[in-house]
Amino acid sequence: MNINITKIISLLFFIFSAFYLYTAYQIQVFAFDENAPFNARTFPIYLGYAGLFFSGLKLILPDPNTIKVVHQNLEYKKTGILILIAIIYGATILKVGYFLTTSLFLFASYYFLGERRWILMFLLSFPFVAAFMYLLHGILDIYLRDPFLQSIGVMG
Amino acid sequence: MIEGILIGLTTALTLQNILMVMVGCFFGTIIGMLPGLGPMTAIALMIPITYGFDPATGLILMAGVYYGAVFGGSTSSILLNAPGVPGTVATSFDGYPMAQQGKAGKALAIAAWSSFAGGTLSAIYLLFMAPSLSKVSLSFRSPDYFALMILGLTAIAAFSSKGQFLKAMMMVVLGLMLASVGQDSLSDITRFTFDNMNLTDGISFVLVVMATFAMSEALTIILKRNDPTSAAKQVSLTELGSIRINKEERTKMYKTIPRSSIIGFLIGVLPGAGATIASFLAYGMERNVVSDEEKEKFGKGSVNGLSAPETANNAACSGSFVPMLTLGIPGSGTTAVMLGALLGFGVQPGPRLYMTNPEIFWSIIMSMYIGMVILLILNLPLIPYIARILAVPKNYLIPLILFFSVTGIYVMSFNNFDIYLMIGIAVVATFMRLYDFPMPPLILAFVLGGLMEENLRRSLLLSNGSWEFLWDRTLTLCILATTIFIVFWQIYKTVKQNVK
Repeated sequence: MNINITKIISLLFFIFSAFYLYTAYQIQVFAFDENAPFNARTFPIYLGYAGLFFSGLKLILPDPNTIKVVHQNLEYKKTGILILIAIIYGATILKVGYFLTTSLFLFASYYFLGERRWILMFLLSFPFVAAFMYLLHGILDIYLRDPFLQSIGVMG
Repeated sequence: MIEGILIGLTTALTLQNILMVMVGCFFGTIIGMLPGLGPMTAIALMIPITYGFDPATGLILMAGVYYGAVFGGSTSSILLNAPGVPGTVATSFDGYPMAQQGKAGKALAIAAWSSFAGGTLSAIYLLFMAPSLSKVSLSFRSPDYFALMILGLTAIAAFSSKGQFLKAMMMVVLGLMLASVGQDSLSDITRFTFDNMNLTDGISFVLVVMATFAMSEALTIILKRNDPTSAAKQVSLTELGSIRINKEERTKMYKTIPRSSIIGFLIGVLPGAGATIASFLAYGMERNVVSDEEKEKFGKGSVNGLSAPETANNAACSGSFVPMLTLGIPGSGTTAVMLGALLGFGVQPGPRLYMTNPEIFWSIIMSMYIGMVILLILNLPLIPYIARILAVPKNYLIPLILFFSVTGIYVMSFNNFDIYLMIGIAVVATFMRLYDFPMPPLILAFVLGGLMEENLRRSLLLSNGSWEFLWDRTLTLCILATTIFIVFWQIYKTVKQNVK
């Protein structure tokens, strides 16, 4: 069966717009603002209707479904792993610190993307991150929180 | 104006700023050469670095990246027939055939000189036009601004959607919806936060740019098994040929460059149009004005055919700064990113910018000249070597893009939630990209969302809730009529195309 994904995305956007519009009507405004020409819910309400209008049109108008995506040719596994590593990176960066998590994130990403040149992988992770940290923190004076480096006394 | 130029020169010619232009041009050239990674990604990746500088230096760096990316795109068009950015597609029509005839060096030289001349001429146009337009735009009122923003969003949707206007308009609405999250600017009432404290201040602009461009482009490359660096590995350093341009070729370029620069600049000024349309229009116009004998050479390595789009796309880059600097309304996705960065610095672009922050206004214009000279020096002798640097495997390139994206958000907020939100938006954007939902309209809408609401608020309050403000002033009415025409014309075209 030939499913038109564009129509499905448009339908999802239509539902999302309807939910957005419903939420816009629920925005609590001050009592004296309730009947004002413009209040905090005015613009979102118009946006909700605009979303319904354009996604509705996309649903109604004929679409020859010219965009063909061959899912068998897509690299879902590597993309999924990369997203997972990025989530773990995001979850640990504050607790562990910038240097260690970023270096490990880079090293793991190179590995899962198929790289096996260990020395190059190492050079483009730990020393590279150290140099980048020096650029941001040391030269440009941009604060980088790093409990790990602070605990071992490298960072003040 | 002389005083302004001197202020700009003083700011732009500091050692730090010259260094920033050089770094920006170099980095932009590298990213621009990689097919799939355009100037918006290059600029987005630079945002964390700009945090450490003052606004003028940060913007000079980003402007350097912008010219560099467009310049770099032409190199891959000529050498590999693989345009790095859409604005250099027309360059490949005659640049690649010339390279195949063993004249790659000459083609690169023509492209470099044309880009230099186009960029320099349009910077001169900008120099004279921007202050005058700023004075004119002081007479603009809230209804005019509101109508102009709707026109800008509609125009970018019409131009960037490749026949998919409704998809682009959906992205515009999505961008505006994302911008509405957080506290209302006037009443401080929270909207769409669902009691999540992390959303009270709204969604960060840097987060949305990083997610929809840098991160999503990196994920798309992996998902589609593309290798943007593979083409660079084919570049031969020994077969480029001479870079000398003879007298006959120079004569042809002298005629092409002025007219193409005017077209490029004017198209660049229009909201939404940009370098791609400018280069195609200049190519088409050049073909119509040259002699029949020269016309025959088009598509087979014509000097005019190569010079025209290269001049126009660089001129359009400078032109796209006009609406941003004078009206505070970006004309393209790339300048929208820069506008967002400026707002992040606490600078409000608009008609008063050149009075309140003359050092920013004029130093950007002055840095364009410096950037063009640097690009010329960089591109002519160094391009084959830069192309070699690009042969970095994607196994390294992709993690580095992700690393820059996460660093940008981490440095800005020190908040896990923002990183998760960025990954979530990037995943959705990657999926939507597969089905040709364009991202530039979303970014432009996100940047303009707050300003649009503010101007609508003022207009409605002044007219006591009546929508008559839309047709009370001739200027507002004209802008609105143009918008309505674009919307209906695009819907008509969509219906006609789909029924076929």
